[in-house]
Amino acid sequence: MQQYILSKKNVITVISGLLIALGFFSHFVLENVGLSEWSLIIASVFGIMPIAIQAFQAMKVKVISIDVLVSIAAIGALFIQNYEESAIVTFLFLFGHYLEQRTLNQTRSAIKELTEMAPESALKQMDNGEFEEVEVDDVDEGDILLVKTGAKVPVDGTVLTGEGHINEASITGEAVPVNKLADAEVFAGTILENGTIQIRADRVGEDTTFGKIVELVEEAQDSKSEAERFIDRFSKYYTPAVLVLAIVVWAFSQNIELAITILVLGCPGALVIGVPVSNVAGIGNGARNGVLLKGSEVIQDFSNVDTIVFDKTGTLTVGNPTVAATELYEKGSAETLGYLASVERESDHPLAKAVLNQIGETNFYPVEETEVVKGGGIVSSVAGHRVAVGNVALMEKENVTLSKKVQKDVKRLEQQGNSLVLTAVDGELKVLMGIRDQVRPGVKDNLQELKDLGVKNLVVLSGDNQGTVDVVAGELGLTEAHGHMLPEDKSAYIGKLQQRGQIVAFVGDGVNDSPSLALADIGIAMGSGTDVAIETSDVVLMNSNFSNLPHALGIVKATANNMKQNIAIAIGVVLVLLTSVFFSEWMNMSIGMLVHEGSILVVIFNAMRLMKYKLKGRKE
Amino acid sequence: MEKAILQLETLSCPSCMQRIEGAVKSVSGVDKDSIKVLFNSSKVKTNFDSAVTSIEEIQKAIENVGYPVLKAKVKAA
Repeated sequence: MQQYILSKKNVITVISGLLIALGFFSHFVLENVGLSEWSLIIASVFGIMPIAIQAFQAMKVKVISIDVLVSIAAIGALFIQNYEESAIVTFLFLFGHYLEQRTLNQTRSAIKELTEMAPESALKQMDNGEFEEVEVDDVDEGDILLVKTGAKVPVDGTVLTGEGHINEASITGEAVPVNKLADAEVFAGTILENGTIQIRADRVGEDTTFGKIVELVEEAQDSKSEAERFIDRFSKYYTPAVLVLAIVVWAFSQNIELAITILVLGCPGALVIGVPVSNVAGIGNGARNGVLLKGSEVIQDFSNVDTIVFDKTGTLTVGNPTVAATELYEKGSAETLGYLASVERESDHPLAKAVLNQIGETNFYPVEETEVVKGGGIVSSVAGHRVAVGNVALMEKENVTLSKKVQKDVKRLEQQGNSLVLTAVDGELKVLMGIRDQVRPGVKDNLQELKDLGVKNLVVLSGDNQGTVDVVAGELGLTEAHGHMLPEDKSAYIGKLQQRGQIVAFVGDGVNDSPSLALADIGIAMGSGTDVAIETSDVVLMNSNFSNLPHALGIVKATANNMKQNIAIAIGVVLVLLTSVFFSEWMNMSIGMLVHEGSILVVIFNAMRLMKYKLKGRKE
Repeated sequence: MEKAILQLETLSCPSCMQRIEGAVKSVSGVDKDSIKVLFNSSKVKTNFDSAVTSIEEIQKAIENVGYPVLKAKVKAA
């Protein structure tokens, strides 16, 4: 019975609304007071039922909820024969609740879109070898699954046979489909655009990368900041306190009307919902734009960040170095370039690739006795010559003399921000190449956006040489740039910044920067939704699109502001209502309830603005 | 200890959370500190001792305070 009444709450709201309309119609138009009173009484009874049931259920588990306050107030109003008040208050409470639910669903739509991307069924190989459609919950690790064109990959797994192109946008944010052959890893929630594959399930359900992303967003939306926990504790005592206040007022004044009015006016409605609703809308906006924010604590801290540290020049540059300058120190160097190319062909170092691209077609020679010198380069024997390829330190180690001219060239190229590759054949320096990385297009504008959002210090910490770092910093207008940094140097430097009182966000790739990500006030993992990144960081930028970073900062600032506005609205409304009940003539229960429900809708609508938030000056 | 994950019908009032939390707390065998009521995703997560209680008990407690459970799942904690 109780369940039935609660499930028909919306119907009850409509009936009660119609009865109230009938009540007023018969009172003022038909001037039939009897009919009017009866319709209002019935409307009150209908309205009180679901509220009282909820109140009762709450009391059973020792919680004094808003429903308790409203039930007592409505029953009290009936008791003093103020049927109008009891009918209108319960109706407004129910109707407000309905609107709340509708609008709240909107603020949650982003997360809903995300969870709806989760795969629901899978084609599983049964004992007889046939594939049958089963629910995704029935898939266990080790099961063999068939994925057809257009279907979602149901679990994280490994391709056994077949081939196809998979769109992994839901995991990596990268919309270009990736070709997957046997032994390739596939992820739940990605879509097979063409081909057919058989996969072995490695991780299922909430253990998949997609499952973890969903779980992270879900928990983030409900995680609470210190301020929210305070409000929670506050409202736990606040609601019973209102009840006590009403009883005290009644005991002293013997004025039931005043006492029950206080019950209604004291409802903490907007205060309880104001902060979570901003939170969910802000995090939802982020999730839709490839920015995963881990909860409202993160929103608070991130919005106060004044220093952003980038882990390497590669975050700001294309990450695809090219040869910018070549100096040859002998004539007829085709042979030398052939030696160089042959040696570099053996290496998978990014600089080696740049050198090979630069040299292009050439004669290759067999390479023997290759020795990799850590932090220096490579020494090999090519066609009977000892060929050393590497940096200045390697040349010194090999006892290669650098002439005045070479030294000058080295200095000049370093200052221009090049990484150097020197080539010596039989102890004689032949070629010097300067290799440089290009700044990512648009990064400069994005950094300006960050500054406009109030970030004072933009710092890059890099393992590259100081010259390279300085050039990038100069080009982009960074405030600080430090080269020759090992991972432990980076985290030490972040500690130093924090000691100076700066609030530091660290942007890293999430793979080998865990100490820095953890130490910084806000750790931002950029690049992909890998497990490590999700676990160690506070913010995950789902793809390596740098322009997501200013958006992330923008949305957290807007969300933090939105929360403050909502708290101000909620507290303001309660204060105004409670003072006006003592100091004004016009205040009564119905108006109080109207203002209350109104204020709840105001904070929800205010939060909904966040869903459409876009950084100023940006186009669709 | 096992972990229960229950999907409820959409929650719409934050005060529901207190009620649901109270209901789950009242089930003996539930690890009281682990109870999480996720308002926005309308889920309840909690650890419980399978020797003392079961997911059905937890589900019943939640439904008794008026919130239908759509899906209940148990995982190793």
